[in-house]
Amino acid sequence: MDSTVEKVDFTHMNEGEHAIGPQRGLNYETKLLWEYERTDDPAVDFEEPSSFRNRTGLDERKELGLPQVKEPTVVRHFVRLSTKNYGIDNGFFPLGSCTMKHNPRLNEKMARLAGFAHVHPEQPVETVQGALELMYDLQHTLGELTGLPAVSLAPAAGAHGELAGMMVIKRAHELAGNTHKTVVLCPDSAHGTNPATAVTCGYTVRTIDTKGTGRLTVEAFKEALGDGKDVAGMMVTNPNTCGLFETEILEIANMLHEAGGYFYCDGANFNALVGNIRPGDFGVDVMHLNLHKTFSTPHGGGGPGSGPICVTSDLAQFLPVPHVKKTQHGTYDLERERDHSLGRMKGFHGQFGMHVRALTYILSHGADGLKQASQDAVLSANYIMAKLKNHYHVPFEGPCMHECLLTDKKQKEQGVSTLDIAKGLVEYGIHPMTVYFPLTVQGAMLIEPTETEPKQEVDRFIAIMTRFAKQTEIGDTEIFHDYPLSTPRRRLDEVKAARQPKLKYSAAEQDE
Amino acid sequence: MRYLPLTNKDRAEMLDTIGVKDVNALFKDVPKQAFVDGSVNLPNQKSELEVERIMGEYANQNITAGDGPFFLGAGCYYHHVPASVDYIIQRSEFLTAYTPYQPEIAQGTLQVIFEFQSMIAGLTGQDVANASMYDGATATTEAALMAQRVTKRRNIKISGVLHPDYRKVLDSYMKNFGDVVIAEGEPTEEDACVIVQTPDFYGNVQKLEKLRAACDKTGVLLVVVVTEIVSLGLLPAPRCADIVCGEGQSIGLPMSYGGPHLGFFAAKEKYLRQMPGRLCGETVDAEGRRSFVLTLNTREQHIRREKATSNICTNQGLCALAFTVHMALLGEDGFKRLARINHERAGKLYDALTAFKKVKLLNKTFFNEFTIELPKDAAPVVEAMVDEGVMAGYAHQNKLIVAATEMTSDADIEHFVQSLEACLG
Repeated sequence: MDSTVEKVDFTHMNEGEHAIGPQRGLNYETKLLWEYERTDDPAVDFEEPSSFRNRTGLDERKELGLPQVKEPTVVRHFVRLSTKNYGIDNGFFPLGSCTMKHNPRLNEKMARLAGFAHVHPEQPVETVQGALELMYDLQHTLGELTGLPAVSLAPAAGAHGELAGMMVIKRAHELAGNTHKTVVLCPDSAHGTNPATAVTCGYTVRTIDTKGTGRLTVEAFKEALGDGKDVAGMMVTNPNTCGLFETEILEIANMLHEAGGYFYCDGANFNALVGNIRPGDFGVDVMHLNLHKTFSTPHGGGGPGSGPICVTSDLAQFLPVPHVKKTQHGTYDLERERDHSLGRMKGFHGQFGMHVRALTYILSHGADGLKQASQDAVLSANYIMAKLKNHYHVPFEGPCMHECLLTDKKQKEQGVSTLDIAKGLVEYGIHPMTVYFPLTVQGAMLIEPTETEPKQEVDRFIAIMTRFAKQTEIGDTEIFHDYPLSTPRRRLDEVKAARQPKLKYSAAEQDE
Repeated sequence: MRYLPLTNKDRAEMLDTIGVKDVNALFKDVPKQAFVDGSVNLPNQKSELEVERIMGEYANQNITAGDGPFFLGAGCYYHHVPASVDYIIQRSEFLTAYTPYQPEIAQGTLQVIFEFQSMIAGLTGQDVANASMYDGATATTEAALMAQRVTKRRNIKISGVLHPDYRKVLDSYMKNFGDVVIAEGEPTEEDACVIVQTPDFYGNVQKLEKLRAACDKTGVLLVVVVTEIVSLGLLPAPRCADIVCGEGQSIGLPMSYGGPHLGFFAAKEKYLRQMPGRLCGETVDAEGRRSFVLTLNTREQHIRREKATSNICTNQGLCALAFTVHMALLGEDGFKRLARINHERAGKLYDALTAFKKVKLLNKTFFNEFTIELPKDAAPVVEAMVDEGVMAGYAHQNKLIVAATEMTSDADIEHFVQSLEACLG
């Protein structure tokens, strides 16, 4: 490869020169914590207790295998690592179905108020009325936004919400004596979590074919439904993972309901609807929301998420406990047991810190701001589709909702794949779109700009994507397979990682 | 709205490019009845200052751990978090990153996960650890599900006293499969695993040797649950376990009214391919440089769909970062010292109560938490002690479970004893 960075030849270094390392400019090579010189004392300077007596009944532990450095080293270590990361604050992040929108710092500030951060979940309820009221108000607000008035904040993440939601459905069938209902219908375009959740819930999955159309059709649904006797429910993302609203959803929901099944909506794409369209009004019985998508709580490099579920009032009795309720005296209390509740989904009361952030976001936007946000998100996705449709294959005609789906069909003929385009975007300082998903579309590129992206940034993305298409058209394709070139790391050997798993630091191996 | 950068001119241009008159035309596929008539029934947008006032009002109604002596534990602990932890986790590049699926631009997150996995594996005495789980309760349930996959058996035994929330989560998950029996007692050949919490919910330190022998005899997996990870700085590593899981909130994270916290999960290497959750591994990039990447994801839902080991998608990434930073600051000696201080503080509280004849101390062993038997129901006592400015502990019938940490001062202990005496009359 053509690299402008001078290579350091470690084999011909003089003694002592190894300390120089391969560092150049601001591209810091960062050791593992264990590879720094071990200091005499740690960075936390507690004093040894003056009178220690071991009352554990066991011998005191000797070795932990932890590193030991001082605070400057720790801070520098993590700050340098951070510079090898890309977040929304660094640039455009059009990752489809993930809603990488701006994360307001006000949310962070509010979650750190002592009255939220330093409160224990088992304090007597009279000492946490503010926390309970906040949860109650968020429950109400999410009910209002979805049109599904009964809300549980317990689930810890989207997939956890899916599980809780499907357990609501399962308990409802059990109470009704519908033990023969053992099948859940999922379109082939569903997120992987949907079928995995149905199985975790003890159901088997029957797939609805959406290939070719990108949408659920009454015909394909009927085929999967059969006589419907064994069907407990259906898990559908709407807008779906092709970025399209399900046009026949009302009729399908009716047929499902007539067969005695429940409609579970995966709320991953709720950002297209919030403040404007309510899933409860298109036949949904149960849905989860990803507070880390629609409601801007940070993704944090992979969590924590938060996945509240919203259900119809008929299904309220099955929601998880604990549940926040308002007493007749106007105070707030935790309902810890309920007859038909599915039980507990996690320890304590859910990801409360995320509830604070989400409510902060909702209060900031208000009814008008939320509606504007979803409209801008849809507008931006359609704008990208309009600008790129002449350069990339559009598998399904628009308008799309808050994300648009393209494929590499045209580029593939020239030997440039979706992966190459994604890595090209990385080279240009843009986080790639979601690639190779949905699985029903070959070489899928799912692009979700979100409402918080300035038009100039969107235009730059369009310009880069257009350049890629033109480069490919004229056969200037070699470079694509080398992308990215300027990033902290180039393409990784993922096969090696999987074949010889090395999942932790080991002092012995480093010495080899 | 301060977060929406599109100008009206932008919007007009974009609509023009698309070739529609107004934004409603883009929603033509949505049935009319699904639209909100006007706007949803919520107040309109508010300034940052207005929102701060509202949120401040909620926050100010809560009594916080800093307001007075604090002895609540029960799976969530009040510890000191060094200032650099919160500074680091608010670095934009960590805070606003996604799951590291593009490893070339996610080495920061990935190396942190690798370091986190290394720390957890070391502390638990296990071969491998994953990138974290939602919390201790769900990690414990995932351990049971994993044991079912490994042993192809269904039933679950609980040895000793498991945290009630953990037990309830286990119950609700297992209820999805009609054929699982969860019971207290010794492992038998029908069981997939036996779950033992140490220190247990009442604070008693468990000895694992006998249970290990019983597991070996019956082919049952031993799952060790730790709800206070600081205890691993003093107690021997539960090496004999097949799976060690639990809660890491004590390191790096505020109590935050119960979440987000940090589930951890470690196991013997031979069970690696049955583990739930994300794993990060070492590899090299195209130039041969050491690099990190999510690996072995053929276990996971986005690849395996209905055949996945778990439906879990996320970990608690930022919480694992907070843990890793705090742990790096503590270091080998600091973590051990923290554990010794916690134990010494609890010992001091214990000793202060021995002279008090109205209560009985139920523990023979403990780490930083133990159980007091009161002559009456504990809940009203706890409430009465709130009026004395003391958050006394976790009430369970006539038992009061109390925890002490490095935050507990001698004055706090004195205050606790006086207040308990006053409230018991």
